[in-house]
Amino acid sequence: MLCGDMSHSKVTQEAPVFQLFASRPRSRGPFSGVLNEAIVWQWLEDVPDPEIPVISVVDLGVVREVTVDGIAVEITITPTYSGCPAMAVISKDIESALYAKGIDELSIKTQISPPWTTEWLSEKGRSRLERYGIAPPQPTGGPTHCPYCKSTEVEKVSQFGSTPCKAQWRCSDCLEPFEYFKCI
Amino acid sequence: MNHLFEFLLRQGDNALVLGHRMSEWCGHGPALEEDIALANTALDLIGQTRLWLELAGDVEGKGRDADALAYLRDAYDFRNLLLLEVPNKDFGHSILRQFLFDAFQVPWLTELSQSDDERVAQIAAKSHKEALYHLDRSAETVIALGDGTQQSNQRMQIALDYLWPYSGEAFADDETDVAMQEQGIAPLPSDIKEIWHDRVNAVLEKAQLQQPASDFAHKGGRNGACHTEHLGHMLATMQILQRSYPDAVW
Repeated sequence: MLCGDMSHSKVTQEAPVFQLFASRPRSRGPFSGVLNEAIVWQWLEDVPDPEIPVISVVDLGVVREVTVDGIAVEITITPTYSGCPAMAVISKDIESALYAKGIDELSIKTQISPPWTTEWLSEKGRSRLERYGIAPPQPTGGPTHCPYCKSTEVEKVSQFGSTPCKAQWRCSDCLEPFEYFKCI
Repeated sequence: MNHLFEFLLRQGDNALVLGHRMSEWCGHGPALEEDIALANTALDLIGQTRLWLELAGDVEGKGRDADALAYLRDAYDFRNLLLLEVPNKDFGHSILRQFLFDAFQVPWLTELSQSDDERVAQIAAKSHKEALYHLDRSAETVIALGDGTQQSNQRMQIALDYLWPYSGEAFADDETDVAMQEQGIAPLPSDIKEIWHDRVNAVLEKAQLQQPASDFAHKGGRNGACHTEHLGHMLATMQILQRSYPDAVW
């Protein structure tokens, strides 16, 4: 049973060939201060989106709720796109960040309703996207101007981009291609 | 028969089978942007699959999760439309199929998001946002190709003649559909046929494509009675890892 043996050894192998997630930082021991929701929200502000690291998971609007019960923390997140591979990484990154702060009792709940919308992007998130070269979402369905030269002469290249949440656009003045954060 | 389970399998299997077919384009798209678009569409569909099949597993109550349903069922247990399992041909063919499905999915999911079953309504509302986006693009591309060169128009017409007889199955109500309607979970699929027809006609007209006259419909996918021979081949590729290494995890 060669196949069986192979699969068995792979499951028990301790060091994976490559690591999808950042390794878990060492906990500094149990959190000793006063734990409340505000502190947890503040920590989450420092957890970057894995694909657009200039904004945090809070700016992205995927963190919907934080509840603290004694030393137990429960975080509710809402996926951006149902098939977005970054969601698994986001959960893992939140887990690592809180573990590093000494939170051992953490549960992350996924909630699909109400469905995620780009209206949940924070103002800070929107301006950071723009500075990073990604045009923020607009209700009109397209960017108002080029994030580089600010020209309003822009055209769509493709409705899809490098991640499920972005589309490809191009500036007709400076000729730079840029990404647009799709409005959903 | 557990009609709700059956109904959920239909939703999940449609998304899964089309998602897999679209994923077969990865690395083969006619242009980089198209390649990315096809892969993103596939990704959305497979994400939706997880939501539907996870709920199907819960409703069935036999301990099967989305992975077990996707990877460990054989062709005759699948409940997708035949339209979605026929193999890819050229790019125009795949885009046209996607359009015929998107044009169904948008009004269908709009209705389902009003379902009396809150779980169904939630998944539908989430999927609907993605389906709208898919429809925008597939309709636009069908028009661009149909109303393009003589060659692209001919190829789209060939694709339409081939796919058309598969498009009617979606509206063939059966006892599961009646049960869902009675329980307030979903409308009858035939109720949205007119909306679908109007939307499809408008796009075909702009695309300079002739809608085939016959309304003959191949059936047997959504009730599992008779899939095409292609589904088994597709599953052989899609399921090989779980079949060869049962319970392997990422």
